[in-house]
Amino acid sequence: MIRLEKSFVATELPRAIARMTVEDATRLSRRSILKTGAAGLALGVYLARGNKAFAQQPPASPVNVAPNTFLIIGSDNTVTVLCKHIEMGQGPFTGMATLVAEELDADWSQMRADHAPSNPGLYKNLAFGVQGTGGSTAIANSFEQMRKVGASARAMLVGAAAAEWNVPAEEITVQNGVIRHSSGKEGRFGEFAEKANQQPLLENPKLKDSSQFRLIGKEGVVKRLDSAAKSNGSAVYTMDINEPGMLTVLIARPPRFGGTVASFDASATKAIPGVVDVKQVPMGVAVYAKGFWAARKGREALKVTWDDSKAEKRGTAQLLSEFRTLSKTPGKIVKQEGAVDAEFAKGGGRIIEAEFVFPYLAHAAMEPLNSYLKWDGEKVVSRFGSQFPTPDMAVIAKVLGVKPENVDLKTILAGGSFGRRAQQTTHIAFELASVAKAIGPGPGVKVVWTREDDMRGGYYRPYAVHKMRGLVRDKKIVAWTDTIVSQSIMKGSPFEAMTMKNGLDSTVYEGSNEIPYDVENFRCDLHQVEIGVPVLWWRSVGHTHTGYAVEAFVDELLDAAGIDPVEGRLALMSKKPRHAGVLKAVAELSNWKNAKLAPGRARGVAVVESFNTFVAQVVELSMTEEGPKVHKVWCAVDCGVAVNPDIIRAQMEGGIGFGLGHILYADIPLEEGRPVSGNFDTYRSLRINEMPEIEVTIVQSTEKPSGVGEPGVPPIGPAVANAIAKLGLTRPRQLPMVPGASV
Amino acid sequence: MTQLTLKINGQSHSIDADPDMPLLWAIRESVGLTGTKYGCGVAQCGACTVFVAGQPVRSCSMPVSAVGADEITTIEGLKSKEALAVQKAWVKLDVPQCGYCQSGQIMSATSLLELNAKPTDRDIDLAMNGNICRCATYVRIRAAIHDAAKSLEG
Ligand code: FES
Ligand code: FES
Repeated sequence: MIRLEKSFVATELPRAIARMTVEDATRLSRRSILKTGAAGLALGVYLARGNKAFAQQPPASPVNVAPNTFLIIGSDNTVTVLCKHIEMGQGPFTGMATLVAEELDADWSQMRADHAPSNPGLYKNLAFGVQGTGGSTAIANSFEQMRKVGASARAMLVGAAAAEWNVPAEEITVQNGVIRHSSGKEGRFGEFAEKANQQPLLENPKLKDSSQFRLIGKEGVVKRLDSAAKSNGSAVYTMDINEPGMLTVLIARPPRFGGTVASFDASATKAIPGVVDVKQVPMGVAVYAKGFWAARKGREALKVTWDDSKAEKRGTAQLLSEFRTLSKTPGKIVKQEGAVDAEFAKGGGRIIEAEFVFPYLAHAAMEPLNSYLKWDGEKVVSRFGSQFPTPDMAVIAKVLGVKPENVDLKTILAGGSFGRRAQQTTHIAFELASVAKAIGPGPGVKVVWTREDDMRGGYYRPYAVHKMRGLVRDKKIVAWTDTIVSQSIMKGSPFEAMTMKNGLDSTVYEGSNEIPYDVENFRCDLHQVEIGVPVLWWRSVGHTHTGYAVEAFVDELLDAAGIDPVEGRLALMSKKPRHAGVLKAVAELSNWKNAKLAPGRARGVAVVESFNTFVAQVVELSMTEEGPKVHKVWCAVDCGVAVNPDIIRAQMEGGIGFGLGHILYADIPLEEGRPVSGNFDTYRSLRINEMPEIEVTIVQSTEKPSGVGEPGVPPIGPAVANAIAKLGLTRPRQLPMVPGASV
Repeated sequence: MTQLTLKINGQSHSIDADPDMPLLWAIRESVGLTGTKYGCGVAQCGACTVFVAGQPVRSCSMPVSAVGADEITTIEGLKSKEALAVQKAWVKLDVPQCGYCQSGQIMSATSLLELNAKPTDRDIDLAMNGNICRCATYVRIRAAIHDAAKSLEG
């Protein structure tokens, strides 16, 4: 989940990551995306062992697919799309298959999907230059590529049929997976798959005009490909890998970030039945056992003395007071326009100040972190929910001292991620390889994090303070400043060169530097502080706090000016038609102007763009003794061409629920550097009784498609805050809104 | 370690286990039925929900030795008409996102419909609020339970 400056997407980023990964990542030409070597698209190549055997491949065994394949057409007519993006709930399996099926003219019922094996040359994310999922890029960067794959395959199938029937290809039509000639001849994909391999591959096949789409953007025709397996228990996640002889590994990790092992005593651990070995590894002490329970008991019996001399020992209370002090003076300038200080000094009007405080947040995906690897000293098989397979593969090769091409890493289904399974440090892959190396070649190892390990393990959404100042004069916002204090996500990482300008990390200020409103005198500045707590992109990254600060503050200023929140925003959006578009759409959907609210209820609105997707939300809530009760959320989204409307709706619903749970309840406080919350009893999650009713409208657009995994999250917090203010209560400026909430 | 016999989905499994080991790990690792998930280990999330003697329990928090001769049903063994209606509705409405919580959700929803053929929104809140979905698929979970109830009407 990483936001990249657009100019870097095409050039620096691929080079930079390629350097740290495999040499040939960028050497492969555009042509290789469709064709590598002689085989062309793997149409029918896997007839014999394709189909079922492929789909149900045990996750930990090597996959028998040549690394040049985007789709496999089986003799049983199934079309399996190999998805280069990790399926972690956001729907790329279905999305990629939709794009292929559209141009292939396949029937939806014959479509299947699986993860592509690791191959950075072929399966690179065109936005990153390496294989990886993030920044809500999946649909955006595959929209054309996967349609071309479908169109090429269609042309090859038609060519094969034309040759077989001895008729001109132009006279052949394809519809819902059936190939037909006017003479009455017809056949299905499976029959021609093998022969299609001999057909020439079109590099630039003609793509459909959007008016011809029968799947893309259509309602009710495309269903998720993974719903059945996820409703009957058969979907296989990393946690479910259970290979014969495999060892389950739990690691005792330092209670403070930056702590190291001073000494340990494993005698009690080794006495526990099922415990096989104990080894020191760079991140702590690893307990290897036959199964989770023995590993857990073994770890409990372990006596470790930690060396905290280099550890971060500050608690969040101390951090807050340091942040507050810093926020009193401007930091390094991110963006400045007009004459802000002069305008404030001029006098007249009303100055409004606000301080917003955002806690550390854990991603806490439902499936805790985990990973699997087996090696024989030379060849490595690894399976886990890797969001960045290219760098993960490289680090595994490096730690184990094997050739990168000997690392067979395949991403498998992930039980959520929200950004956590992609790390700039590749620490999960590093840890996995270190654990395997410590015990040596032989048994497979599955590293499992308990929920507490996962929650106390850092890589949090950074702690942040925004100190805002605004000037309202003559019913106008004439000046605005935002001083941010927070920690860099990218500093010291391979992404540093791409995402940092003048030493400032754009993922910290994104959204604060470019507000959608016309304000003549403007400044955004940043104090980028060093803290020994590892931080990471968290579903919508910087927008998780900048969206809140900007949207709660503009509402407060408009309120001070006595202007309606929707009208007032629209009046300031002269250069932001897509922001204005979703705002108008949500106002209409919610009947903003004329709605009669029940007593005790109020509404609030917010609009945030992230990853080039525009989302506006209106909430209706009331206050209870336990905090805000959100009854309903209306949501308008503009994500360019809508590929899968139902997945877009699902991502908006999920993003709203995810965002709402966190702004209400979630917090990882640190006490003397130790994370306090360890499980869902103290890191409270939204539950079904707290989920609002949701209505989503998708704004029609002909813009390029953009992602939807993250952009549903940012507006919900400020919309709630603004509704609370409408009730005459203080607009919450410190999150979570219900502090100390536990179950 | 103790020898135990577990009756799961109509089959008997003899296992050798620490009597304190939670039932969850016996199901997942000793028997190899991995549809039942580990999410929290402390009865907070419901991902590990199974039926013991027909009652939904959090298998992460029940020692395997406490099960005795009671029949265990996991997601893989669901057969009741309510269960099938729930699963069908889950697919029809595309409820799952990451899917990791959904076995537990489906177990709880099935149990609700087995006891209450026509649950209200409030009944759903009460029966389902022990099951966390971090992807927040709650809107569709609710809709799918209503849909399943409706399909069972006739
Ligand atoms: S794993 Fe049992 S309730 Fe969470
Ligand atoms: S579907 Fe992901 S946790 Fe529920």
